[in-house]
Amino acid sequence: MLKLNKAKIKRMETTAFQKIHTKIDQITKATCTLHASGIGNEEMALVNDRLAQVVKIEGDLVTLQIFSGTEGIPTNAEVVFLGHAPQLAVSDELSGRFFNAYGQPIDGGPEVDGNMVEIGGPSVNPVRRKQPSELIATGIAGIDLNNTLVTGQKIPFFADPDQPYNQVMAMVALRAKADKIILGGMGITNDDYLFFKNVFENAGAIDRIISFVNTTENPPVERLLVPDMALTAAEYFAAEKNQSVLVLLTDMTLYADALSIVSNRMDQIPSKDSMPGSLYSDLAKLYEKAVQFPEGGSITIIAVTTLSGGDITHAIPDNTGYITEGQLFLRKDTDIGKVIIDPFRSLSRLKQLVIGKKTREDHPQVMNTAIRLYADAANAKTKIENGFDLTDYDKRTMSFAKEYSEKLLAIDINIEIDTMIDTAWKLFNKYFSPAETGIKAELVEKYGKQNTENT
Amino acid sequence: MATTGKVSGIIANLVIVKVDGPVSQNEICYINHVGVKLMAEVIRIGSKNAYIQVFESTRGLKTGSGVEFTGHMLEATLGPGILSKNFDGLQHDLDKMDGIFLQKGDYTHPLEVDKLWSFKPLAKIGDEVEAGSWLGEVTENWIPHKIMVPFAFTGDFKVKEINAVGEYKIYDTIAVLEDKNGQEHKVSMVQRWPVKIPIRTFKEKPRPFDFLETGIRVIDSLNPIVEGGTGFIPGPFGTGKTVLQHALMKQAEADMIVVAACGERANEVVEIFAEFPKLDDPRTGRKLMERTTIIANTSNMPVAAREASVYTAMTIAEYYRSMGLKILLLADSTSRWAQALREMSNRMEELPGPDAFPMDLPAIISNFYARAGFVYLTNGKTGSVTFIGTVSPAGGNLKEPVTEATKKAARCFYSLSQNRADSKRYPAIDAVDSYSKYLEYPEFIEFVEKTVAPNWVDNILKAKNILIRGREAYEQINILGDDGVPINYHEIFWKSEIIDFVILQQDAFDKIDASTPIERQKYMMEKVLALADTHFEFENFEEVNPYFKRIINVFKQMNYSEFQSEKFKKFESELQDIVKEKAVVEVEQS
Ligand SMILES: Nc1ncnc2c1ncn2[C@@H]1O[C@H](COP(=O)(O)OP(=O)(O)OP(=O)(O)O)[C@@H](O)[C@H]1O
Ligand SMILES: [Mg+2]
Repeated sequence: MLKLNKAKIKRMETTAFQKIHTKIDQITKATCTLHASGIGNEEMALVNDRLAQVVKIEGDLVTLQIFSGTEGIPTNAEVVFLGHAPQLAVSDELSGRFFNAYGQPIDGGPEVDGNMVEIGGPSVNPVRRKQPSELIATGIAGIDLNNTLVTGQKIPFFADPDQPYNQVMAMVALRAKADKIILGGMGITNDDYLFFKNVFENAGAIDRIISFVNTTENPPVERLLVPDMALTAAEYFAAEKNQSVLVLLTDMTLYADALSIVSNRMDQIPSKDSMPGSLYSDLAKLYEKAVQFPEGGSITIIAVTTLSGGDITHAIPDNTGYITEGQLFLRKDTDIGKVIIDPFRSLSRLKQLVIGKKTREDHPQVMNTAIRLYADAANAKTKIENGFDLTDYDKRTMSFAKEYSEKLLAIDINIEIDTMIDTAWKLFNKYFSPAETGIKAELVEKYGKQNTENT
Repeated sequence: MATTGKVSGIIANLVIVKVDGPVSQNEICYINHVGVKLMAEVIRIGSKNAYIQVFESTRGLKTGSGVEFTGHMLEATLGPGILSKNFDGLQHDLDKMDGIFLQKGDYTHPLEVDKLWSFKPLAKIGDEVEAGSWLGEVTENWIPHKIMVPFAFTGDFKVKEINAVGEYKIYDTIAVLEDKNGQEHKVSMVQRWPVKIPIRTFKEKPRPFDFLETGIRVIDSLNPIVEGGTGFIPGPFGTGKTVLQHALMKQAEADMIVVAACGERANEVVEIFAEFPKLDDPRTGRKLMERTTIIANTSNMPVAAREASVYTAMTIAEYYRSMGLKILLLADSTSRWAQALREMSNRMEELPGPDAFPMDLPAIISNFYARAGFVYLTNGKTGSVTFIGTVSPAGGNLKEPVTEATKKAARCFYSLSQNRADSKRYPAIDAVDSYSKYLEYPEFIEFVEKTVAPNWVDNILKAKNILIRGREAYEQINILGDDGVPINYHEIFWKSEIIDFVILQQDAFDKIDASTPIERQKYMMEKVLALADTHFEFENFEEVNPYFKRIINVFKQMNYSEFQSEKFKKFESELQDIVKEKAVVEVEQS
């Protein structure tokens, strides 16, 4: 459990005077209730030096949620109200630093000197947003060709726990040319934390990285603060410094689990999959921090939502899918023995803002055609499973699918977008007639013909 | 004296207020929070306490804060200047707010108080008028915006004074009316109306019958909607609800589009802000934004205002309907509104219904849909509000409370299929599972027989039948294998695929394909059906697939070409040639 240095926290506080309460009326697993007046909703407090937050006020009865749990809290615990909602000191000094869920350094470095701002602050006025239009190139064709990402977008990886989502995410982050990369780690293992640290250090990117980490060694409820901490830091760099900021949130499923723990302890009526009824709003408030500002700054959110057994109808991925601008599905393709970005369930909603506009005009049709042919191959596979013969077309789609998977869908690809499109044309020409691909005649003429296997 | 109170409890955005006087259900009040006023609505009343939902974050709010009650419910401000505006859920003008971030309590006026409008009287001194009667008009963008007797006026009035042609501000008096008791009432160009109460100043609301063209083939050519009709679009995430709604906003035949962006993504509203001022309205040649009003309560904006946002949008639509206009109201997504109701109901510890939604959810939804409709106004003119909402079913499962309740309320069902979306068959409306109840209305059939084509409805039923037979054939092929079924099963299946690829699928992002005028839809439908009536001869099943793929390919090239252009005709004759290769009995191609 996290050890908080009482003297240090007190020093952080700007208000000198604090009344100390020492009589708690009621204690539950997660909360304690006491008499106090003049307390603001969502205000922070210390209960025997553990951080807590006001979740309910009824008359002069104030209920506090203690982030690290109430084990061992006595009825005469010292309660000090801090007079503000959770906050973070923001300044350029954040760069290259590692923090816990409360925004306190865990890298042995000094406190950050900066403006204190409350986390989870107000939303951007929709009419002040700019439409995202900057393509983020990752070199991975499963993303750039089929599910092109754009700055200001919010998109999660949907992956089973055994998939290398953190590796892929780190790779995407480093290739993305962002001014800042902010990692929000929720319930990640210490090994994963060290993995990120190493990858960023090895890439020489450490001074562009800021991390807020809650590992499996920390109390789960603490992780509820992590995304807001990360996004508050992101807003500072994007809105005030006009930088392009990439926020990585992993694992949002564990974040949602913490929400359900809290709502359960507060006796709220659960909705689907024991999740709180407010799950959609809770997640949307975070993801909607993704934004393109008119002055050039942007916040892009790439998250991880782990699935159990690939089930996307579970309330967590389901609500996430309704909020984010698409999703990237990782799947092991047993035909080629590699992890691929699954073209069927993956989607980037913002791709149409850039494909065929910032990329070559044949990009949209080539992408769609390849996926359709890949779907035909899946049908052919079903035929085999049902014991039927394959037609010549079926056989060609299956060969196409294998090569498409290897040359374009696998996550170890790192090529330019034009090369991706040309590769797809080559595969079309190798396996199909123009009538079978059904691409606009002008495009075949202009781009398709020169891309034969031999060119 | 207005009632006041003091905050005595705070549970998220549910606030308990100890009151010193009478309060009414749904009354609006303002909490004084360190110099900022937070708007809230009474949602339950106890013996000494009012329970209010605050339309803002309550962070930092303290007990003891003062509350002022206003004596009225949540109202919309109705007058010239609504068109082209971007409002929040409570009708505050988003463009007038300062700064990049939304600030608590920044409540801006929905209209331009100082703008001059050129007014033209329509009524004369001595005219008998009643609520909703047209007194005069001003030109708003290009819409003749009627200035009406306020809807809240009950009984008969006589026009005592009416302003001459001239320039006036919205709050200037433009007429004086005298009631039965000889009392005089001043009327300006602005009136207020409680959003939760339907505006009912029309004479009659018949069953709707007038075909509403959308340019979307799978709707017009298979499940048409009518002016004043209702429809809903359920679908799992990412299946195309929003793209479909945006297509409707751009293409549908309406004088005005009111959009309620309810608890969805801000970037989707930004897309409208960015594109609509540039895009042309195909019917008027003006910019699309000129006929559009947006009510944005995106998912990061206050949850309690989500419910208000759909009612605000409906009230605005009804207001313009009273001017004799055709309004299309779109809400994306009504599920978010239902979820907002659920959050509040749970906070108030009400007994939950299915999936923890409030028990009266079905009644709330059907009352809302009932506000749409085609009406005859008291002056004999007609107006309509067509409403199409999206539904986001949890887990994509249509057997959930919001979908089920909406199914009972809406007459058109546009079901988006995950399978179709996965295989990029956009728009992913499942044409067979979906329906339009209007196809059963004799008055609708009569109408389209006259205005579209005598056999239009027959063609629709025929096309649907081909789709159903194709689906059955496909299932048989899957069970018995390609060579386990007669060759004509393949033919039946591929004929349904032609309808799928040529009529149902439509590229929302292609300039030409995105919108298909009804003339062109008719033409293509006839062509496709003629082809379905043609008998073909094949040696073996392996010939069928490539042959029809060629046909589909040429058809698609036609869809991408300007109607009746050289290119279009070239593909058409190419098609003719392909058909001749295998056709047994040549059926006349129209
Ligand atoms: N008619 C279409 N033509 C081409 N692409 C489409 C079409 N409809 C949908 N799409 C694709 O599907 C994506 C998702 O569509 P959309 O945003 O409308 O889904 P949705 O049903 O509104 O999802 P959510 O419930 O999450 O809001 C789009 O970004 C686009 O890539
Ligand atoms: Mg949508």
